Amino acid sequence: MIEQIPILIVIIPLISSFLCPLIGLWRKEACHGWIVFSLSLSVLASIHTLLSIIQNGTVRYHLGNWNPPWGIECVIDHFGAFMVVIISTMSLFAAVYGKKTIEKELPGKTIYFYTIFLLLVTALLGIAVTGDVFNLYVFLEIASLAGYALIAVGKDRAPVASFRYIVMGTIGACFYLIGLGYLYIVTGSLNMEDLRILLPPLYANRVVQTAFVFMFVGFGIKIALFPLHTWQPDAYTYAPSATSVIISTAMAKTSVYALIRIIFSVFTLNFVTGFVAVFDVICWISAIAMIFGSVYAITQNNLKKMLAYSSIANVGYIMLGVGLSASTSLGLTPALMHILNHALMKGCMFMIACAFIHKAGLWDIRDFVGLGRRMPYTCFAFILAALAMIGMPPSVGFITKWYLILAALEAGQYIFVAVILFSTLLMIVYFWRVIEIMYIRAGEGEGNEIKVEEVPGSMLIPGLILAVLCFLVGIAWISGLLSPILEAVNSGFGLGVVS
Amino acid sequence: MWDFIVGHYNYWMYIGLMMIGFYAMMAKRNLIKKIIGMNIFQSAIIFFFISTSVKKGVTVPILEHGHEGHGSHAIDVMQYANPLPHVLMLTAIVVMVATLGVALSVAIMIYRKYGTLEEDEVLGNMRKD
Repeated sequence: MIEQIPILIVIIPLISSFLCPLIGLWRKEACHGWIVFSLSLSVLASIHTLLSIIQNGTVRYHLGNWNPPWGIECVIDHFGAFMVVIISTMSLFAAVYGKKTIEKELPGKTIYFYTIFLLLVTALLGIAVTGDVFNLYVFLEIASLAGYALIAVGKDRAPVASFRYIVMGTIGACFYLIGLGYLYIVTGSLNMEDLRILLPPLYANRVVQTAFVFMFVGFGIKIALFPLHTWQPDAYTYAPSATSVIISTAMAKTSVYALIRIIFSVFTLNFVTGFVAVFDVICWISAIAMIFGSVYAITQNNLKKMLAYSSIANVGYIMLGVGLSASTSLGLTPALMHILNHALMKGCMFMIACAFIHKAGLWDIRDFVGLGRRMPYTCFAFILAALAMIGMPPSVGFITKWYLILAALEAGQYIFVAVILFSTLLMIVYFWRVIEIMYIRAGEGEGNEIKVEEVPGSMLIPGLILAVLCFLVGIAWISGLLSPILEAVNSGFGLGVVS
Repeated sequence: MWDFIVGHYNYWMYIGLMMIGFYAMMAKRNLIKKIIGMNIFQSAIIFFFISTSVKKGVTVPILEHGHEGHGSHAIDVMQYANPLPHVLMLTAIVVMVATLGVALSVAIMIYRKYGTLEEDEVLGNMRKD
């Protein structure tokens, strides 16, 4: 049983997802308990995998006992296990949080929402464990399709946002498929490990270089990298609350994971630095994304849209970490840190933003007057997450920015230090605006008795836990509790050594 | 140069088809036309994969059909067509159909909400809300 765990990580949510409608037929209320149960199993399986990988190294699992490169292989290394834990934990939080919001926003559709939700989690976990490029494509498409459906059931403009995402997302996935086809033509293999061995003599080949560009642009759409982000703000804003939480944390981060996996595991560092020179481009695009996302976030009045634009800026942070990875001794450390950090912070932020909509029907920041006293605990969690976002030590946001600045200084790219500081300044502007309206600005209701009306505990507690985690994980990064993972990922990708 | 163009005719056709689909997805204002463009785009990629596995004078990759007759297990790869691209495309077709289904149902949702499938009119109705 224990040696089957790599595939069980994917199988548990998959089987539970198909059992969900059956359980819904029997008793509608049991569905939520069921998905929380199966996601808890996933969390246990992924934590077990992470711990055993830290002790014994990479786990390989051959599906159906077909040996690679012919069969499909599951490979879980430190990076994969790190992602599996993030995905399963964040989806558990989103599922616990989502119960009340789904019942209110989608009455009568809860069973099918949970079914597709579990399918989304299955696909995301699949992306993290697979060692086969075509299998990655299939999981990517399952995740996208589940994502389209989950977004489309939202209110207002959700179907239009979802349609735009379908068009963009399909182009992205198809570009990835073309790149994959080019690699298959020249190598005859689809296994990541095998491709890494077969590709080096072909690095100067135009077909391989074109394949890389196709794959990079394809994933650029999926992760909403700056000029390809147009689908993202509306999709995040109009999606139902539980969807917003999961797609802004688990789904966005998994696409980043897949991009990093393709860059470093299939094409290697030698190819990317020596033959396509894409890292400078990534750095500059990320810098523009950081400024652009923050500037747009300032101009938004819808809190969820502000957070969506802030996500574009934060994808910029992660990709800046990737872009600088080759030229510093820190390697991918800042990027990996920010994958976890941003999942925690943005998950918490979206939970709170949706709690305001759920309880008070407020989505416009200008209407938040006096909210600090109406919903004290929710607003407290918001302040913690906002401080983490801005970068108060020892929060997770501070750690990311600190390591990114160290990396930029070491690489001698001083302009990016200025960009990081400037985008932090912009972040202070837009988060302070919200906090100022919530707490300080006096509304017409001044003097009247404001009655406290908090969201239910199932929505409040996940938000508060994430807000506290924003600081605890920061301390864990400082204390070096998680550095074995970082070191293993960096050495696995041949990073962290400056020539 | 002529040999280069003729020798790679399958790739030219796939690129042409893909660009038609891409144009429809980007430039057409009607949502159904966008979906059709999306389908052409995906079909082009399927043709591309299938055309890469074409080989003349070979047989299906089943041992009994080998030129040497069955029994001898010394398999000459040159006598068989590569089955893998076809198998991959079976999966890709499934993905394509699923995408089409989701896209059409979202288009229906849009039609029910805004009463039109023209993107300009949808955007116009959206602003009125």
